[in-house]
Amino acid sequence: MAFLEGHALFRNLYCLLAGNLDNTVACSGRGGLLPVGWEWLAFAITAFAITMVLLNVFLVVTMFYTYMERRLLGRFQGRLGPNRAGPFGLLQPVADAIKLLTKESIVPRGTDLLLHNLPPVIMVATVFVTLAILPFGEDTFVANLNVGVLFFLAITSVNALAIFMAGLSSGNRYAVFSGMRAVAQLISYEVPMVLSVVGVILLAGSLSLVEIVEAQRIPFFLLQPLGLFIFVVAISAEMNRTPFDQLEAESEIVAGFHTEYTGMKFGLFYLAEYAAVLTSAAVIVTLFLDGWNGPWLPSPLWFLIKVFFLAFLFIWVRATLPRLRIDQTMAFAWKFLLPLSLLNIFVTATLVLLLGEETATGVALSTGGLWAMAGINSVVALASVLLFARMVHLRTPVHPIPSMQPSPSEVA
Amino acid sequence: MTAQDIVFWLLAGGSISAAVMVVTVKNIFRAAVLLATTFMTVAGLFVLLNADFLAVVQVLIYIGAISILLVFAALLTQEPEAGNASNRLRPPALLGAVAFMAFIAATIVRTNWSLMEETLSEDTLARVQEVLTHTPQWLAGLLLQEWVLPFEVASVLLLAAVIGALVLVRERHP
Repeated sequence: MAFLEGHALFRNLYCLLAGNLDNTVACSGRGGLLPVGWEWLAFAITAFAITMVLLNVFLVVTMFYTYMERRLLGRFQGRLGPNRAGPFGLLQPVADAIKLLTKESIVPRGTDLLLHNLPPVIMVATVFVTLAILPFGEDTFVANLNVGVLFFLAITSVNALAIFMAGLSSGNRYAVFSGMRAVAQLISYEVPMVLSVVGVILLAGSLSLVEIVEAQRIPFFLLQPLGLFIFVVAISAEMNRTPFDQLEAESEIVAGFHTEYTGMKFGLFYLAEYAAVLTSAAVIVTLFLDGWNGPWLPSPLWFLIKVFFLAFLFIWVRATLPRLRIDQTMAFAWKFLLPLSLLNIFVTATLVLLLGEETATGVALSTGGLWAMAGINSVVALASVLLFARMVHLRTPVHPIPSMQPSPSEVA
Repeated sequence: MTAQDIVFWLLAGGSISAAVMVVTVKNIFRAAVLLATTFMTVAGLFVLLNADFLAVVQVLIYIGAISILLVFAALLTQEPEAGNASNRLRPPALLGAVAFMAFIAATIVRTNWSLMEETLSEDTLARVQEVLTHTPQWLAGLLLQEWVLPFEVASVLLLAAVIGALVLVRERHP
């Protein structure tokens, strides 16, 4: 029954169908459309309606986002971008989808069909499941899990297995390389990502995304500048966005793990990649940018504005930065981000203990204490990033490269 | 039969059939995927038992890390397509499996399976409800205040295991 608390609309739909018979949901009037004993049907219909609306709205927003990304990338690169299909090229995503749906599905010989077809589905499913915990506005969410943050981290970790399976089952060496890189990169960046959220959890005192937004008297990006930096970098590595897109580096390994995927299976990978940008931006908004809160405008609109602002930043970064090498990527995670995230936890925990006051439920900070913490944390973030950038060398030590000349015995 | 029962039987059936297929399937990569399916259904059972935290940790650790480790191990085995090679350790393995099965069966038979509502008093039930809605906070209090020493000892043990594994497989420079 949890999701009936999520939004008045869900509850009203349930009440219209089932009436006041179920004690767990308080409906205003007695008697619904369905007879007594059929509450489960009302429940099922409501759940189905919510899922349909949520998924369809999300898919349309994702469609618009792919258009936005391609148009903006065009702008950044001094060209127009897609502009033929429909007014301003707005129908380009529709044309792409139709093209992908009508393409022939080519499967390499000798692949395991189960292992080959499963990864695209898993990738899309993990993105969609994230929608269940996001608070889109005031009292607008599907489920308020008391382990919301961990749920998101767990769901993103499933991606690594899916990509690895896709790479292995393709029967293509470049795809296998990509799968290996995926495991190395995704698992490495998961560590700083999880650690950078700990600061937010320390301040909010809860793992529930709704309670984290409600706890932000001052937006957490002021209190956790270092945490925000690490989280954004790590999550863009988890999404394989450009500075970290070794998994599909076309100059090295063709298209990586989805080289051998054609038609709609490739389309699902494409969809998952773009949809993940939106859900990740939504999680960043919830954790660091005060969620749905904002003056004047209705709360879901604020949420959408913040999400698209972050999505714009992601596109900007993609257009600006070149791709790192795989060894640089790994060194960046372990030598730079990991120590910084440990430092962030240490500083935040110390400040919470020093500035906080003991209350019945735990340690709480006054508004003055929060502002002091914001000042100290910004200085620490700036200083530590600059210091680490000078101290840490991301270059790997040079080993003598073995000669590629054939040995005399091989020639003869 | 309530909706919970239906979900339980679906999850339990899926879990057991996937677990059986992990052992019987010849292709080792398929077995790994089936093992991940088993982990997922077990996480679903945890959700059904109101243990959200446990379910999420199950997905995070078992599917996000251990399955990948297993696939890597499968990659390093020789001729993964040929399936599991049999060796002389069959009788001890059988013995171990039977002993473990007996242990589980004894536990199942000896446990009092009556429902919480029938055995607990009203205030205990209220406290249980409070714990269920704030599981992470309660776990944090127990792990990091009351039982902090065993918790830290466990982490030191794991660190020692990691370092030991690194020392064992390290490349030896002449």
